[in-house]
Amino acid sequence: MTGPLVSIRNLSVSYRRDASSPSLGNIDLDIAAGERLAIIGESGSGKSTLALAIAGLLPPTTAVNGAILWSGQPQLPRGGRDIGFVFQDASASLDPVMAVGRQIAEVAHTHLGLGWPQAQSRALDLLRRVRLPEPETALHAYPHQLSGGQRQRVAIAAAIAAGPRLLIADEATSALDTIVQADIVALIRQLVAEDGMALLFVSHDIALAAELADRIAVFRSGEMVELGTADAVIQTPQHAYTKKLLDAHIGLDAAPMIAATGHGHV
Amino acid sequence: MSDPLLAVSGLTKRFRRSGTTVIAADNISLSISGGETLALAGPSGSGKSTIARLILRLIEPDAGRVDFDGGDFLALHGAALRAKRARLQMVFQDPLAALNPRATVARVLDDPLRIHGLASRGERPDRIATLLERVGLSPDLAGRHLHEISGGQRQRVAIARAIATKPSLIVLDEAVSALDVSVRGQILELLLDLQRTERIAYLFVSHDLGVVRAFAHRVILLEGGRIAEQGDARAVIDNPQSTIGKALVAAVPRLTRTQDRS
Repeated sequence: MTGPLVSIRNLSVSYRRDASSPSLGNIDLDIAAGERLAIIGESGSGKSTLALAIAGLLPPTTAVNGAILWSGQPQLPRGGRDIGFVFQDASASLDPVMAVGRQIAEVAHTHLGLGWPQAQSRALDLLRRVRLPEPETALHAYPHQLSGGQRQRVAIAAAIAAGPRLLIADEATSALDTIVQADIVALIRQLVAEDGMALLFVSHDIALAAELADRIAVFRSGEMVELGTADAVIQTPQHAYTKKLLDAHIGLDAAPMIAATGHGHV
Repeated sequence: MSDPLLAVSGLTKRFRRSGTTVIAADNISLSISGGETLALAGPSGSGKSTIARLILRLIEPDAGRVDFDGGDFLALHGAALRAKRARLQMVFQDPLAALNPRATVARVLDDPLRIHGLASRGERPDRIATLLERVGLSPDLAGRHLHEISGGQRQRVAIARAIATKPSLIVLDEAVSALDVSVRGQILELLLDLQRTERIAYLFVSHDLGVVRAFAHRVILLEGGRIAEQGDARAVIDNPQSTIGKALVAAVPRLTRTQDRS
């Protein structure tokens, strides 16, 4: 019997010194090893703040109270080694003037102590795993030479290069078109299953979260209003806000907003 | 049957990019009637935004014809073009990028009224208040800066600016894509209300097939600058025939709810 991978206890985060309007308040949440947990919410809900807090990426001026335990230990995990982070905008997280192979190899070199030839060879393996076309050529490509979806594949390869136990994806597919988004979600699902990683999937899209996650946590205005299995949250939401989010979703089965008209011609 | 409000034929635009030519719009023909919503959907790079920008004359086509409001829109210049532009408005995804973020709400709405000579200086504050009320905002917001108000309020201001010149067609380029879902529904309802009362037609550029299906009368699915499929929005999306149509529909995340929403 092992405890949770991450235990969050009474976590509060405030970007302002006075802490009168916390961005995140009194959060208690466990992330089990190997589970896929989705954090959903709208702008200002605190979902990204939670992801940054877990990864230790909040600005130094932020007031953080409470505890984040990593495998039951109070010492913070190391970003890159223990936690891989994929952001929404891959062009902003990749170095524009460094070949992508080198960027991935750097992670393996830094955190796994591999020599450069081994690190480069691991980068090539990773580019194959994220299914980048022509991986040998892509190793020497620069980010601007790749499409948005390909850049996000590279960012994922770099995020998992050191074999982290937790992968955090913060709106990682939100800037991609629907078809590429579905491919990247399938890739993330496969990678976390193969490597036994836990996944923290931060998204505004409740349908996407429902398709991918084992559990869903719903955030609003810095508070976690509901937490449950994906099925329970979708089928029997307990909180009024969760119901509101579900009702606001416009899926392929939504009732038309317009009346049928004689505009059938083309 | 009267002539369509907008009739596009043979619209073509090629971009040269690092030595290769990309055909962003390849012999596109389409039409929109008054009070109708036509959606353009497709993957990134399919040409949906390019076609919208060609119609708005934000970029010039290599070939093709655009008839709008009873005349050759591409042939217009100077004062005639400015006058016709009042009838063809646009709302983009990010109002902070499309409008001056440091301007006040009043300033953003004053511009079209002044430029198109729609109201004297003395009349304009009242007209601005009326516009704000029409889009569901308090006139008290007039003195606020754009960066001080919420994303949903900003998009309402962008819509108020678009309707200030009493347009017959508004191009909505991913205009609700960046909004929170709880706000998105309200903005779509506002747009539908304007369509019903003012008979405004929309060219609705969107990547979201669920919203297209609920909001648009007809849809054109694009791939590689070409029309892959078109027709009644619900008929096309419920039963796509083209390869890209099937792929687009299959990629939409499903929220399967068995429970009745009561």
